[in-house]
Amino acid sequence: MDKGSEELVVISVIGADRPGIVAGITTVLAKHNVNIVDIAQTVVRGIFSMIMIVDLSTGNISLSKLREELSMKGRELGVEVSVNHIDVFKAMQRV
Amino acid sequence: MPRIFSPEEISEVVEMLLFQDLDIRSVTLSLNLQDCISATESVITSCIEEKVGLYSKRLTEAVNNVSEKYGIKIVTKRIAVTPISIIVEPIARKSFEEACSTAINIAKSLDRIAISSQIDYIGGYAAFVHKGFTQGDRVVIETLPRVLATTQTVAAMVNAASTATGINVDAVIDVSRKIVETAYSTPKGTGCARFTVMANAPEDNPFIPGAYHGLGEPEATINVAVSGPGVIEATINKLGDNVDMRTLHDTIKRAAFKITRLGELIGREVAKELGIQFGIVDLSLAPSPKIGDSVARILEAMGLEYAGAPGSLAALYILTDAVKKGGTMATSSIGGLSGAFIPVSEDWGMSRAAEVGAITIDRLEAMMMVCNTGIDMVAIPGDVPVETIAAIILDVMAAAIALDKTLGVRIIPVPGAKAGDKVDFGGLLGSTVVMDIPRFNCRKFVERKGLIPPSIKRLDKG
Repeated sequence: MDKGSEELVVISVIGADRPGIVAGITTVLAKHNVNIVDIAQTVVRGIFSMIMIVDLSTGNISLSKLREELSMKGRELGVEVSVNHIDVFKAMQRV
Repeated sequence: MPRIFSPEEISEVVEMLLFQDLDIRSVTLSLNLQDCISATESVITSCIEEKVGLYSKRLTEAVNNVSEKYGIKIVTKRIAVTPISIIVEPIARKSFEEACSTAINIAKSLDRIAISSQIDYIGGYAAFVHKGFTQGDRVVIETLPRVLATTQTVAAMVNAASTATGINVDAVIDVSRKIVETAYSTPKGTGCARFTVMANAPEDNPFIPGAYHGLGEPEATINVAVSGPGVIEATINKLGDNVDMRTLHDTIKRAAFKITRLGELIGREVAKELGIQFGIVDLSLAPSPKIGDSVARILEAMGLEYAGAPGSLAALYILTDAVKKGGTMATSSIGGLSGAFIPVSEDWGMSRAAEVGAITIDRLEAMMMVCNTGIDMVAIPGDVPVETIAAIILDVMAAAIALDKTLGVRIIPVPGAKAGDKVDFGGLLGSTVVMDIPRFNCRKFVERKGLIPPSIKRLDKG
């Protein structure tokens, strides 16, 4: 499943629903040529939630810089953005 | 293509990190300083400055890099060194006074390095006296108040009992005097928060003040302490009131597995960055004075009005046992204390329970049977006699050797304070109510001095 060259990162966005959240976040990713591997999005009782797995290896930005830019965008959009390396999820959710 | 992780799996982890205060309490670098032993003070201090200075800068860098990479908060960075009693032995042989001055200078030097490299604590101002004293041990005990009063980051520990050797009552009395002296030479007695007297102190403890670099340890190693009481509390709250005890235990076990795995991941990565061996994960869930980061609240989520209520031993037993079982599945690198921590001022719920009278010295003494905390971060009136403090320590040491486990006492006599007063130690040390201590006389018992022999468990080793 995982290719050796991939550098997978999980982006999670949560907050009050409003227009432009997906566009705002994906614009940052596109600007840095970061590829979206998987995406899931729901709105439950007005709470917007989006989870993306992205591959940094195609992009031109480091993980920490991407986190910084996405957090800034999140503040603009009024949503909480969390950016974590996929190894965190592998460690915690797989035996 | 199947999903790598379901949205639920990802949300669960993100919720733990964002809303349930899951973080790494400490990455502790355990470092050998035996190569700095010398009969000349300047040789010792320059060796320590060079070695600890270099490692501490690299530790800070590695911790920051790993924290950035994984998006995981690492709350504190610590260093644990070879017990200073061993370092000063050659000088103590020449002159006790000179060795005391050297020991203080070593502590100040460690403190300067820690502060300049953003290291939160340095542990290892330690002595092992469970069967008797060397001159170096006496130097460390003698200088405890000076060291705790003149440094900000240096943490001290005296191991006064072990299952194999029994309890050194003389050491307990000496240390009790030093606790009182420290209390009166630091504001609100706060210096005592950086000192613990222990039984069966483990060599790879990542927690302060008990951390030191054990003689069986490699040159340098990384030990990790996880947090995460909030995760367990939230998990239990989600379960609701109508699940049985076995389900409760199983749910805690599963959550503990996840928390421990995060600790191991971060520990291994920091060790890799530093190019040194990974040591252990301490399974204990470290609480903090934040409301959602409390071990007491876990017991309350299980259905107790306050931690300390009847049922608290059973609840704490469920927690400790489930954390051990989940944790042991998560990592084969177990060490440190690996139990449950209930430090009174440092845990929001414990502090509140003490305020309403649910947590008392008696309840803590009972609860230590099923965890490994002993009496921790307990504020007592400043006028409690030395022999009473010694007797309280002896009780904890006796429980530790009878049950063959690690326990400690970190008690803070607050000068001028009466039982019921509130005291704020600041930051992670938290605030608490000054606890009432039984005033019944125990002097004649304590003043018998000498050694309490080892328990019958000693013969199991033969």
